[in-house]
Amino acid sequence: MMRFMLLFSRQGKLRLQKWYTATAERDKKKMVRELMQVVLARKPKMCSFLEWRDLKIIYKRYASLYFCCAVEEQDNELITLEIIHRFVELLDKYFGSVCELDIIFNFEKAYFILDEFLMGGEIQDTSKKSVLKAIEQADLLQEEDESPRSVLEEMGLA
Amino acid sequence: MPAVSKGDGMRGLAVFISDIRNCKSKEAEIKRINKELANIRSKFKGDKALDGYSKKKYVCKLLFIFLLGHDIDFGHMEAVNLLSSNKYTEKQIGYLFISVLVNSNSELIRLINNAIKNDLASRNPTFMCLALHCIANVGSREMAEAFAGEIPRILVAGDTMDSVKQSAALCLLRLYKTSPDLVVMGEWTSRVVHLLNDQHMGVVTAAISLITCLSQKNPDEFKTCVSLAVSRLSRIVSSASTDLQDYTYYFVPAPWLSCKLLRLLQCYPPPEDGAVKGRLVECLETILNKAQEPPKSKKVQHSNAKNAILFEAISLIIHYDSEPNLLVRACNQLGQFLQHRETNLRYLALESMCTLASSEFSHEAVKTHIETVINALKTERDVSVRQRAADLLYAMCDRSNAKQIVAEMLSYLETADYSIREEMVLKVAILAEKYAVDYSWYVDTILNLIRIAGDYVSEEVWYRVIQIVINRDDVQGYAAKTVFEALQAPACHENMVKVGGYILGEFGNLIAGDPRSSPLVQFNLLHSKFHLCSVPTRALLLSAYIKFINLFPETKPTIQEVLRSDSQIRNSDVELQQRAVEYLKLSSIASTDVLATVLEEMPPFPERESSILAKLKKKKGPGALPVSELEEGKREGGGELNGGADRGNDMSAAASNASTPSPSTDLLGLRSAAAIGSAGPSTGSLLVDVFSEAGPTALSSGVNDEGFLRDLEPPTESSDSLLIEAPGESDSEDSAPPLPESDELLNKFVCKNNGVLFENQLLQIGIKSEYRQNLGRMYLFYGNKTSVQFLNVQTKPVEPLVEGGAQVQQVINIECLTDFSEAPLLNIKFRYGGALQNITLKLPVTINKFFQPTEMASQDFFQRWKQLNLPQQEAQKIFKASHGMDIELLKTKLLGLGCALLENVDPNPENFVCAGVIQTKAQQVGCLLRLEPNAQAQMYRLTLRSSKDTVSKRLCELLAEQF
Repeated sequence: MMRFMLLFSRQGKLRLQKWYTATAERDKKKMVRELMQVVLARKPKMCSFLEWRDLKIIYKRYASLYFCCAVEEQDNELITLEIIHRFVELLDKYFGSVCELDIIFNFEKAYFILDEFLMGGEIQDTSKKSVLKAIEQADLLQEEDESPRSVLEEMGLA
Repeated sequence: MPAVSKGDGMRGLAVFISDIRNCKSKEAEIKRINKELANIRSKFKGDKALDGYSKKKYVCKLLFIFLLGHDIDFGHMEAVNLLSSNKYTEKQIGYLFISVLVNSNSELIRLINNAIKNDLASRNPTFMCLALHCIANVGSREMAEAFAGEIPRILVAGDTMDSVKQSAALCLLRLYKTSPDLVVMGEWTSRVVHLLNDQHMGVVTAAISLITCLSQKNPDEFKTCVSLAVSRLSRIVSSASTDLQDYTYYFVPAPWLSCKLLRLLQCYPPPEDGAVKGRLVECLETILNKAQEPPKSKKVQHSNAKNAILFEAISLIIHYDSEPNLLVRACNQLGQFLQHRETNLRYLALESMCTLASSEFSHEAVKTHIETVINALKTERDVSVRQRAADLLYAMCDRSNAKQIVAEMLSYLETADYSIREEMVLKVAILAEKYAVDYSWYVDTILNLIRIAGDYVSEEVWYRVIQIVINRDDVQGYAAKTVFEALQAPACHENMVKVGGYILGEFGNLIAGDPRSSPLVQFNLLHSKFHLCSVPTRALLLSAYIKFINLFPETKPTIQEVLRSDSQIRNSDVELQQRAVEYLKLSSIASTDVLATVLEEMPPFPERESSILAKLKKKKGPGALPVSELEEGKREGGGELNGGADRGNDMSAAASNASTPSPSTDLLGLRSAAAIGSAGPSTGSLLVDVFSEAGPTALSSGVNDEGFLRDLEPPTESSDSLLIEAPGESDSEDSAPPLPESDELLNKFVCKNNGVLFENQLLQIGIKSEYRQNLGRMYLFYGNKTSVQFLNVQTKPVEPLVEGGAQVQQVINIECLTDFSEAPLLNIKFRYGGALQNITLKLPVTINKFFQPTEMASQDFFQRWKQLNLPQQEAQKIFKASHGMDIELLKTKLLGLGCALLENVDPNPENFVCAGVIQTKAQQVGCLLRLEPNAQAQMYRLTLRSSKDTVSKRLCELLAEQF
């Protein structure tokens, strides 16, 4: 199973973190720092896998963002690489040509999409359609919820 | 159109995020955050009740702040309130906050659980999914207690929506991982297994993760999943690339599910059902074939997905380790990948080949790629790939290529990355020791290691070279010469000084004959390094110096002067000062004899597992070592110089100061612990006189009336003949035929290792023995029951006389070379009252002493039982109980036999089944035993099955006498 997934920028800013096992906050910070250092130091043509502590790290860079997963000993590296790719496709489809800013400003959406795709560190569904359908349904509900709200209300002037 | 603009209501949040991003410094950011925190706090505390929207917005802001890395200590309550909102987005944000920021505040958990309970009961699939996600994300024990009973029901209920089923399966998996005791599948088992047949691929994908985990823990209950998994896999593998619609990924049908199915199958042995197995082999072949087809797309996603399945299939093939054809195909496929332009594939091929190297079917095929792998070690630009190459070289190393591989690893070490040097050093040290054909090569290798990567040579490594040199006297002279030469280098590593100091201190005398390495030259060489060394090394050198005084009396004045100098005797370091003072005093006061005793050559080290190996295991964690490490010994069996076999040598050396044990060719290598003494030159004579000089002199000498003489005699006399001669025939005229009761005495020891072997009015012989794998050690205690002294002329290793009422002890080291049925003979001769006493006994060494217990499950037992179905592999006896049928007694005896007594294996609880492996140097013989008591008839039926007919037969004979 996947232990955690991290998204961070070329500059070492953490953009998204998802932990699938209970980990103390302090350890999380330490692991993130350590791992970012290792991954950012690697050159472009190097292989996407490395051993780190007792885990396998699988990472891939998309534009300015690094997607980095930690999986267990018996997990398949290549299929994990494609988990990353499918997640990127999902983000891309949802945001429409996704960029780092989308993930910064809509971090909660990124979490929702990831949750629909992976759960407890395992794949819940690999179909792009199913995952996006779930998210779009939610958005629809959101629109219904918020339709009565006017701009004025939003600005606190109502 | 980006969905961001639609339905995005939280402008306040966006503004806040922009503000943070515009902060020029960390301080500005913290200031902005503190301002926001103060604002949110006042809103939460304010009198005005917040509406759901504002609550959601503020909770989301808090979440953002937390994810930036700041601590959040409030807002939990507001988040919990959001859970009970009936607006989806508010609920969603509430759950997200809880998932990310949950703490074990029990009050809060109760409230959360309440909200979850409501959502699970709501029948609204989106709400149910949110609740299940939250449980899976938090996964705490309290949640498991509250929901572990409910979720399986949701999972298998007929009216549950597919999306909810998927969430329920993975949620249950999470709870099972955190609190396995609370998740009881019981009645749900079969319905969960049948989810593998579900029409919805997403449900299968989610459920299979759960089933795999449950199968690992309860393989028997879930074993029906094997055939279901095979047929599902077969359907996917044979489907066209578009059949599965959205589950096809870049022209590869359902790659994730395929990998998961192949992984699930790795929880089980190969299917027993021929049809299922045939279908599976077909799938595996198809997967291997597809790898050769031209790609359907140039996209890397296509090849990754395809190869992910291929690697998983290869893992399964390796796991089965029973289809030579598939194994070799897998190896060839990996061989192609070794030269692939994709770094990822080269990395994985190296990794996968490591496990393949440990299979006997493919070990040779893997070895053919040695040049490519060596090349990878030299030319790969990525250290993690080079690391894999080094691992693979280590795994494929055997006697035939050890020299080449060790040489390559040594030369790589010179430029190796710092991160992997220590591990490389350990690996080189292990390989050098394990495959040393001659020990001078071993010594050279380790000294090179110290020269090249001295800083990374841990204590274990240099301890080990010293242990080996001390235990093997054939290499001591060479070692002394080599360290002496190595120390000539103007700058040598401190570890080299340590090894050099130790070895010259022990064995400097072996090279002292050469004027170029005379005692004083040796001493001056060592002492020239002294001042550059750390305190522990100096302490070691001081000990080497005092050893020099003993070895070479002529160095005494020089060394005493050094010890007496202020820098030693007044050294500020207590340890050094104490050593200097004590050694100086010792060398001035003690007589040569006392010095010689105190400073005697170090006794050999007891053989344990190589400490280096232990270190490597610790470093890499269990399971990280290639399996070959553990299996190696079995496969290499006969060949290892330094494996089990040699330990025997070392042990016999340990028990005496005997010279190099000659390689034995006898069937049962019974090497006497005693010095060979005058019998030495008669090479190969296995009739070893323990008290060699006791013969004629003792007999003729009037004084030695009670001369005590004993021969230890293995059954074969000729060193070349592997035939066992009848003990009587092989005997020279002086030994008596075995006592009539010797067989009976032997039988007493089949199920126990200690006791009295023989007793008459004069002499009692006690035995204590211990066995490990194919080696054993036996202590014989000779007790004098008379009141007069036993005298004999031979000195070592038994004390020259045995006082009345006293005991002497003799140690025998035993090595089982191959299976045998005749016990070795022990011949004891002594004179008492002028009469020659001549007793021949059978030493209680029986084949079962070399049993290694093997635990196995019922399924494995009967599978192996069925495999051993040739008539000659079975031996059976039906016999009457001669000692009653007490169950506990039976158990004790079976355990004493040395194999594992397997509980709950035989369907009939009255029966006993055992399993074990007989360890001999030549081979290992797996044995299965079944004992069926019939209480009514007071009869037993005993059945033995093993891969070797003589073993089955002998064990059956031995055991039939026991019950």
